[in-house]
Amino acid sequence: MENFTPLSGLVGGLLIGLSVALLLVLNGRIGGISGIVGGLLAFGGSDLGWRAAFVAGLVLGALAYALSAGGASLIEVRASLPVLVVGGLLVGFGTRLGSGCTSGHGLCGLARFSRRSVVATAVFFGVAILTVFLTRHVL
Amino acid sequence: MIGSGTLRALAALLSGAIFGLGLAISGMMNPAKVIGFLDVTGDWDPTLAFVMGGALLVTVPAFRIISKRQRPVLADGFELPRKRAVDASLVGGAALFGVGWGLVGFCPGPAVAALATGLTPVFVFVAAMVSGMAIHRQLFEGRD
Repeated sequence: MENFTPLSGLVGGLLIGLSVALLLVLNGRIGGISGIVGGLLAFGGSDLGWRAAFVAGLVLGALAYALSAGGASLIEVRASLPVLVVGGLLVGFGTRLGSGCTSGHGLCGLARFSRRSVVATAVFFGVAILTVFLTRHVL
Repeated sequence: MIGSGTLRALAALLSGAIFGLGLAISGMMNPAKVIGFLDVTGDWDPTLAFVMGGALLVTVPAFRIISKRQRPVLADGFELPRKRAVDASLVGGAALFGVGWGLVGFCPGPAVAALATGLTPVFVFVAAMVSGMAIHRQLFEGRD
């Protein structure tokens, strides 16, 4: 458990919770990233403005942290190119088909006590854990 | 005079920035750390549970309070999910998402935020993710 960082995890989580609460109370929208990004694909849509602004904010917020952390290598992406493509396609298609992702179902949906979100969250966590087990320890 | 659309965009920008900051601070922008949580039989890193716990600590009471409002501050009404049924699309979609998430360690939010690192693998993943979304849109077009 040498990588366990409970405090920064908790603080980061509180901020994430705050951000979706803000989006709901100010704009009346659910902070589900797959939905926000997916909605950007409707090129003729009327609410592209806030979606683009949210995505820009996402990148800017992360960038602010990256710059303050002295540009240290923040992330480690081990997946090979083909796996990145397959994984990306599955995440994109799956989140749209399933109407949400970790933020949409796992945070907002659970907070609304949505049965759909409880089921979806259990499924994607369970499958993800199984996938990691198979790819790391079996195959 | 600032229009209401602009105010909503600013609110979204603020919300997104706090979200991105939270993702970075919590380590959830790092696929290796997320996989560390999903790798329950390996060198297990429980941090993700604390991230979700922290987020729910805010969202559960906040959503309860907010739901009592007639309308949001900057919009005419709440745009909330309408579906109720637990159907095949929900379960199937969640399963497909779970495979992709387990393979790479990225879900939509962290992937987009990680574009800030400028790393090529992130751009590849996000491009594939957007493509996957577009494919779904093409196949099941009518309504998102």
